[in-house]
Amino acid sequence: MNWKALTADHLTEIKSIVATGRVLTDESDRYSYSFDGSFGTFLPDVVIQTKSVQELAALVKLANREKIPVYPRGQSTSLSGGPLPVKGGMVFDLSVMNDVLEIHEEDLVAVVSPGVLTAEIHKAAEQKGLMYPPDPSSSHVSTIGGNLAENSGGPRGLKYGVTKDYVIGLEVITPEGEIIQTGGRTVKNVTGYDLTKLIVGSEGTLGIITKAVLRLIPKPQQTATLMAIFDSLVDAGSAISKILSSGILPSKMELLDQASMTAVEQYEPLGLPVDAAALILIELDGHPLALREEAQQAAELSRAVGAREVRIAKDKKEEAELWRARKLVSPAIVRIKPTKISEDATVPRSKIPEMCERLQAIRERYGIHLVVFGHAGDGNLHPNIICDKSDPDEMRRVEQAVAEIFKAAVELGGTLSGEHGIGTMKAPFMEMELGACGLDMMKRIKQAWDPNQIMNPGKIFPEPGQKLELS
Amino acid sequence: MEPTRQALREELLYDKTNKCVQCGYCLPVCPTYTTFGKETHSPRGRINLVKMVGEGRISDLSVLEEPFDLCLGCRACETACPTGVEYGAILEATRAAIVRRKRFTVPVRLLRKAMLKKVFPSRKLMNLAGHSMWLYEKSGLQTALRRSGVAEKLPYNLGAFEAIVPRAVSPGERGSAAAHVRSRKEKKYTVAFFTGCIMDAMFHRINRLSIQLLAEAGCDVLVVPNQTCCGALHAHAGEMEEARELAKRNIEAFEASQADFVVNNAGGCGAMLVEYGHLLAEDDAWRERAAAFSAKSRDISQILAECGVPQLAPRANERVTYQRSCHMTNVQKVTREPVELIKSIPGIQYIEMEQAEMCCGSAGIYNIVHYDASMQILDEKMKQAKKTDASVIITTNPGCLLQMKLGVEREGLSGSVRVLHLVEYLAEAAGITASSDK
Repeated sequence: MNWKALTADHLTEIKSIVATGRVLTDESDRYSYSFDGSFGTFLPDVVIQTKSVQELAALVKLANREKIPVYPRGQSTSLSGGPLPVKGGMVFDLSVMNDVLEIHEEDLVAVVSPGVLTAEIHKAAEQKGLMYPPDPSSSHVSTIGGNLAENSGGPRGLKYGVTKDYVIGLEVITPEGEIIQTGGRTVKNVTGYDLTKLIVGSEGTLGIITKAVLRLIPKPQQTATLMAIFDSLVDAGSAISKILSSGILPSKMELLDQASMTAVEQYEPLGLPVDAAALILIELDGHPLALREEAQQAAELSRAVGAREVRIAKDKKEEAELWRARKLVSPAIVRIKPTKISEDATVPRSKIPEMCERLQAIRERYGIHLVVFGHAGDGNLHPNIICDKSDPDEMRRVEQAVAEIFKAAVELGGTLSGEHGIGTMKAPFMEMELGACGLDMMKRIKQAWDPNQIMNPGKIFPEPGQKLELS
Repeated sequence: MEPTRQALREELLYDKTNKCVQCGYCLPVCPTYTTFGKETHSPRGRINLVKMVGEGRISDLSVLEEPFDLCLGCRACETACPTGVEYGAILEATRAAIVRRKRFTVPVRLLRKAMLKKVFPSRKLMNLAGHSMWLYEKSGLQTALRRSGVAEKLPYNLGAFEAIVPRAVSPGERGSAAAHVRSRKEKKYTVAFFTGCIMDAMFHRINRLSIQLLAEAGCDVLVVPNQTCCGALHAHAGEMEEARELAKRNIEAFEASQADFVVNNAGGCGAMLVEYGHLLAEDDAWRERAAAFSAKSRDISQILAECGVPQLAPRANERVTYQRSCHMTNVQKVTREPVELIKSIPGIQYIEMEQAEMCCGSAGIYNIVHYDASMQILDEKMKQAKKTDASVIITTNPGCLLQMKLGVEREGLSGSVRVLHLVEYLAEAAGITASSDK
């Protein structure tokens, strides 16, 4: 594919289109939009900030005519490379489109523009006694547009699913610069192909989301939290499976292995049992009477599979104390070494113990610092590799280990990504999960939507011979 | 000759940028990012620019100039950062590197030299500035200037500030300040009071009230001679050597006092004082002395909260909000005590502002050198301040005090909203008056 570089004439045309926003071309600005939360730096030719959907659509028309790549971007917290301008061209900073946030109680929906922070939606819904369930850990800084593009998850995914499960309608700019609506404001809507679901999670490769209708649910009355401590990681995995097959559906179920606990204790002593192999944190939500019984039951089930201790929080304060351990894992582990590779390979719940064993083997085989924590309840473990990108030898071992992690997940019937998306980082492994024909079907959809390949190129689909490179 | 990449990396503290995982958690707390709406003005963006220099992708440091110039240095990003990036250190090193290479125009160079190297560090000159303000006020020049409209035409928008400067203290009174004030009750501590340069020139009255409050609370208060400017303005302007020199002079002056604590009443100065240990960490002769000095440094609210301010008279129906000093919050980490002290005044209603931790845009001399940017940030702050419907806004730093007064003035609220330093408000409630009030 031959994309064209931006010329002075293009820039003049862009400036004539953008009447209400800003066109940024200074070197300092271009570098400031060259990165995200993953790896790599790619310089865009120009960055555009406008709240006007019409102006954006006109810019996409220009891009399509001239074969200039465009990249929608929120606040760039992406861990997979989603917003990176890998082929140069125009970055659209949609974080400025943050003015629509309506809660319609009677329809149980929220209508939002893409630059609204996800946490703002949480807050607005809660004020009306409602809940927008997807809660990525970055929700106080990530935009809903980015969440929609990457199909973000979060700890509550176990009970409530991911972003796509709560989107019923979209306004989208197509790669040819048309503005279309998909879905609508009704929960039941079976008219034609489900383009809404197709676009959510398409990582900006099929269009630019400029508005979304989100489904809300009533906010659960109360929560209960317990912590179960295990002398074996595999036992912890079994406890998760046992609880989930017992008829209890926790809202969150998070796992910390020994390496995570040790890191947290060194960072801020909380009194975690560092001699134990793992702990799981369980949150239940619902009616207060049901919660009390379910918490007891979850504690007993944990003990039955070998938990050496179970702590149940008595009040909100104790709940917050128990969750503090989970909150501190990310900051704590980067104190060990500067580079963090955060993976989100996901396996079916029943395979959690086996995945834990495979991860232990990978850690030993490649001699790497591998920490396992994450949303174990939905099979979405976060194996994090803590390394130093200035050590090329270590980084080569990390590359191999990452490939092995993906292989293990797929072999166990799982997937490359539970919530971060594919982006640039996992594109090389797509065929491994989907097979050549499966991947080809996706490519044909992309080809039909975006014949000139201008929409967020370089993501999801690997280029011939593309490999994971971290060094 | 151009420095090697390695030398440049060391100069800019490139290694410290590696801790930044670009998660963006700093974005919502950064006043310049939220106000100007550009990643270029975010901590993550600025750190990335330093990375780009360290990796050889940017070779011209002038690309970094505006983004680093427009940083307020409030360091809210450090408080929000999950991985502990030392942003303040990166900021100072980068500014110093830019200043080293920059050719200022002759008048700017002379002004920088005069202000940073001669005026702020000199007690004599700062006193003179204080005297001039008094003369300016008493001679009728102030009235004339205001009436003629000349004030509005002063350079750097100084006219805007002219309207809000506090009432001046006479040279006689300034000269009569005692060097040793005894505790009014059983002595708990001996404290050495850090007078500050601007604080003492412009807010002499607040300094006197501070000393009286400390004495009421049970402290013997010493005002040690030979103390000088804390060096914060120098460090923020990239003049690190000058800052270190001033630090050493202060350490020497206060060591002699043997006080239990060195007490200040200016959030920005206090932040510098608690960082002397870092500032002189590479200096073998001074490392330990600097660390010992920093360990003794306290904000006045910490001492007053511990010792207790006696007899606070009830105030009727006053709604009070508190504009936090960034440097007190993010560097000294003193957040609890000022609120406790305000709440201890009977009869007041305390209302916390939304986004209370957001900078007001004062930031040393930022509001003078980047007036327009500063006013944009202030306007955002005033939206929150107005929402509280408070009749009193409390601050704990001279810069914030002036800035919030300016904000109140700009909003046309000067008739209904008072802006006070915490010390003034406590003194008022405790019935303490400075002699200039009589």
